Amino acid sequence: MSEDFTTPRDEATFTVKAGLAEMLKGGVIMDVVTSEQAKIAEDAGAAAVMALERVPADIRRDGGVARMSDPAMIQGIQEAVTIPVMAKARIGHFAEAQVLEALEVDYVDESEVLTPADEVNHIDKWAFKVPFVCGATNLGEALRRIGEGAAMIRSKGEAGTGDIVQAVRHLRVIRGEIRRLTALDDDELAAAAKDHQAPLELVRRVAADGRLPVVLFCAGGIATPADASLVMQLGAEGVFVGSGIFKSEDPERRARAIVEATTHYQDPARVAAASTGLGQAMLSLETSKLESEQLLAHRGW
Amino acid sequence: MSALPAAATPAYSSSDSSDGLTKTVGVLALQGDFEAHAKMLRKIGAQAREVRVPADLGGLDALVIPGGESTVMTLGIEREGLAEPLRLLAASGTPILGTCAGMIMLDRDHLGVLDITTSRNAFGRQLRSFEADVELEGLHGGPVHAVFIRAPWVVEHGPRVEVLGCVDEHPVAIRQDRILAVAFHPELAGDTRLHELLLSINGDRD
Repeated sequence: MSEDFTTPRDEATFTVKAGLAEMLKGGVIMDVVTSEQAKIAEDAGAAAVMALERVPADIRRDGGVARMSDPAMIQGIQEAVTIPVMAKARIGHFAEAQVLEALEVDYVDESEVLTPADEVNHIDKWAFKVPFVCGATNLGEALRRIGEGAAMIRSKGEAGTGDIVQAVRHLRVIRGEIRRLTALDDDELAAAAKDHQAPLELVRRVAADGRLPVVLFCAGGIATPADASLVMQLGAEGVFVGSGIFKSEDPERRARAIVEATTHYQDPARVAAASTGLGQAMLSLETSKLESEQLLAHRGW
Repeated sequence: MSALPAAATPAYSSSDSSDGLTKTVGVLALQGDFEAHAKMLRKIGAQAREVRVPADLGGLDALVIPGGESTVMTLGIEREGLAEPLRLLAASGTPILGTCAGMIMLDRDHLGVLDITTSRNAFGRQLRSFEADVELEGLHGGPVHAVFIRAPWVVEHGPRVEVLGCVDEHPVAIRQDRILAVAFHPELAGDTRLHELLLSINGDRD
């Protein structure tokens, strides 16, 4: 490539950050802990992989402080696949995010699945060139994260349980709150912004557009093709599957099936075909039986 | 940024454009930013139909292959048995626009309908993604504001391929007969001129 004929350009704009999430829409982002798993995920049709040290089900089981992954593991995964590689940083741990940016991951997930590093502040995501995805349980939380610079939002759900109920609740809350905003008069939006504890400018935009200003995925509890269809029908624009694939009996087959069901979510016959003969799903936990301190969705604010 | 929510009503209202004026344009909807393309097409008065299985290809006036992940689209095309129907559609002279992953799908190594070889993620990882103004041959009204997301470029092409525009001297917009392919995302920048060009192709090279 000639250095003398470089076209002028702007890198790391919000359009470019949010644009990658647009390209992931209708796709499945899979948690992987090794480069072998990453390759299996890519070959099964993952739109991206999330590189992490332990899947949420193991973090839940083992306890202890969950941190950013070993850079060697992330680099191994980057070398193994051509699809985008995401990685998780602890809430508020901007130094982990700086490391992930230095590793040139494609997206950073500031994630409640890891142990939070700051009890008050999330990462100032505007300070980074790498785009961020953040979890949310309601509209105000989503808009606070976008206000901090997040270029993609996912429901938090309850990671590592295989129980879809919390993800459904979060999606319904976010979509319901958006619908209610669109019915308000302009002079009611400032009070709504105060109620949601969200920036007024973003509240106005959501009220006008009837949607978040960034892509909304679902995460936290998806274990089956029908789970994927359910959340897509509830308005998710794509899905994250954490423990649901590599903690199941036949990960490759289940991964392909969830990809197929995400594409054909409106076609029950295709979802039925995809659901057939997949073997055991992951060992699951009913979230309503968990103690409050075991719930990851309460992390972040 | 500006696409409709996934659970919105389907992007098409009927499978045929019976008034004879409204064009029906298919948008491959296996994965990627197909809704952003559908929105652009509706903005210029066309009907957009999401294409997931071969039966969705019937009676189309044009087709868009959107951005997304090319590995996912390749597997989806294989799973749905779409490769041969898509090749036949191209061979029948139906105008096609491919953007980013869509350009890759049309190249020699994938559907083989364009005489080009592409290099995936040629500009680098997401940190190297960018926006730039690109002059395109034959497109009036100034340069296109182009959004490049982990974009490919054309490494090599045959004699029937016209290069319409370059970045860093690499072809990023090309035309071969009735097929247009660009490495960037006009659908993310809101510039409808390439979609208008796609709709104008029918007949002009008969």
